[in-house]
Amino acid sequence: MSELGNSLSRTLAIIIKELRQLSRDRMTFALILMIPMVQLILFGYAINTDVRHIEVGVVDLSQSSWSRELLRVTAATQAVDFHHSYGSVQEAEQAITRGEVKAVLYLPADLPERLVVHPSFTGQGQTSRQPALTPAVGQWLVDGSDTLVASSIRGLRTLPLDEVAGRPHNPALPVLEVVQYFNAEQRSVVNIVPGLLAIILTMTMILFTSAAIVREREHGNMEFLITTPVKPLELMIGKITPYMLVGILQISIILTMGHLVFDVPIRGSALNILGSALLFIAASLTLGLVISTIARTQLQAMQMTIFILLPSILLSGFMFPYDAMPEPAQYIAEALPATHFIRLIRGVVLREAQISDMPADAIWLALFALGGLLVAAKRFHKQLE
Amino acid sequence: MKQDSELAIRVRNMSRTFGDKLAVDQLDLDIPKGTIYGFLGPNGCGKSTSIRMLTGLLTPTSGDIRVLGYELPRQAELLRTRIGYMTQKFSLYETLSVRENLDFVGQIYSLGRQQRRQRIDELLRLYSLGDHQKQMAGSLSGGQKQRLALAAATLHHPDLLFLDEPTSAVDPENRREFWERLFDLCHQGTTILVSTHYMDEAERCHALAILEDGVKRADGSPDQLMQDMGARVFEVSGDDLRALKTRLINQPQVISAAQLGTRLRVLVRKSEPQPQQWLQQQLLNQTSEEVRPSLEDVFVSCTGGHHV
Repeated sequence: MSELGNSLSRTLAIIIKELRQLSRDRMTFALILMIPMVQLILFGYAINTDVRHIEVGVVDLSQSSWSRELLRVTAATQAVDFHHSYGSVQEAEQAITRGEVKAVLYLPADLPERLVVHPSFTGQGQTSRQPALTPAVGQWLVDGSDTLVASSIRGLRTLPLDEVAGRPHNPALPVLEVVQYFNAEQRSVVNIVPGLLAIILTMTMILFTSAAIVREREHGNMEFLITTPVKPLELMIGKITPYMLVGILQISIILTMGHLVFDVPIRGSALNILGSALLFIAASLTLGLVISTIARTQLQAMQMTIFILLPSILLSGFMFPYDAMPEPAQYIAEALPATHFIRLIRGVVLREAQISDMPADAIWLALFALGGLLVAAKRFHKQLE
Repeated sequence: MKQDSELAIRVRNMSRTFGDKLAVDQLDLDIPKGTIYGFLGPNGCGKSTSIRMLTGLLTPTSGDIRVLGYELPRQAELLRTRIGYMTQKFSLYETLSVRENLDFVGQIYSLGRQQRRQRIDELLRLYSLGDHQKQMAGSLSGGQKQRLALAAATLHHPDLLFLDEPTSAVDPENRREFWERLFDLCHQGTTILVSTHYMDEAERCHALAILEDGVKRADGSPDQLMQDMGARVFEVSGDDLRALKTRLINQPQVISAAQLGTRLRVLVRKSEPQPQQWLQQQLLNQTSEEVRPSLEDVFVSCTGGHHV
């Protein structure tokens, strides 16, 4: 047989061996299937950046029909639900400290007088009085520690009062129109499902391979293996190929379930999805291999995986928009394969983009995978130390 | 002195340190082709470290190593297809069956499908593993695991076989059987280097080296070693042997005194001109007679008795 034939035979031997071992490890096999399903259901239902129905309280010192009407209109926005009523500002502050409510609406005793002079009540959009001199009708006391909740309540500052005044609602004329492409209903889950591909693949792919070499070392298999003619590169390729299949299986599960359960549109072609997924899987697997050649025990490999996983969740654009991050964090994000994959896969799945529309991300993933493979093969010495 | 071409292993001044610890110290070896050569020594004497350097698994700190004509560690990769290595700890895959393990090894050595099946069937027969070929390797008995490991190490017909304490997890019956297989392999021309801490195993080797603290204390054939040993061996019988032993081992002429049942085996240095008379003077109401030395006596006299 030729040297190339021998090399293929050795690589194939490792692949078959890995597949056999994987198929016998029922727990691992179950996790491969269960992790994506459970996480998809969990995150799909749970993660929602659109904050509504915040529990709030009220301190109503005016006790008038105006105040009741104002509360009704505020509740009608669905941003807040009034659950508690307090007698004084002190009581309200204590309730916020206890965590009973996130915010309290304070309506002063002279609410009717304030209301009737407020321009938004009188319907004269512009008034002769300076806006700064116009007293507010009431005041929101907000627990500002959760910025998402606070900003949602800040959105209630300019509550239109037409309805309180008994006039038909007269929305302000927009200066600019907004046309929403791709996610017209603005559902968070549409954005989350493709992102979840990156997170789950990062987790399983890096975890499996980071343990791969370490496990053979721990079980003593390595001592035999390195006296055979196996070359490091053959070992590396043989180790990652079976997990590429696992990765594709997981992607199929997530996208199919995301489509069926959460009605996430799959606009891109299967070829583009497969292409970007393979690029990312390869990058993640080789990263895992590099970890595997550094870690001495499986526990160390696990810790290093978490070290990669956390920034992949928090900085990759999965949870928070990339553009909102400060520049140094963006540099870190650029180094993570998950960031590039999330851009690619959201583009392909949601916007029907081609991989060729986003060449930079694709090339970066390919180079990362190639570099990782070479580093891992180079770091893996066929020696015991 | 043998010609270099007749030597499977030729080593000069091989040393290896781990941090401050000198694991192997200036080892010289000449192992002729077609023989079974033993490394005899206690745990931690440098047997495994030496074997790992000779297989190219470990880089020596210094020294000149030639194995089957290849210079190590530079040509380690070329050596791979010509050696077999059976590790001290079972190193095949416990979650693969017996046949799958052998199949894996066969593919690693690039045997074709037909050739592989033939060779594996042959090995399963030879090592009585045919009935267990579908069994997971992890559930085999100690003796079966050891035979599987030997089958895997010899699957590609290596010229040189390294066995690192191959029988440490095996009962005496299996051990005898195992050595029969080794002599079969040797008869077919394979050179075998085996490490052990069992005297009876060492005695089966054509030649052996006694290692202690990384240093070669003696080497040669078992008979040669027994002839050349620097002590004479006596067995003393009578009363109160424990007290006699305590007295004797404090004498500079005595290398060791160890009780075997109702007798006390005493090694007296050859530097004592009249060992028999000298010993007789030490005895009270006991009798002594000179006996033929065993390999254990050689080992004890070489290592100064620290390990007995």
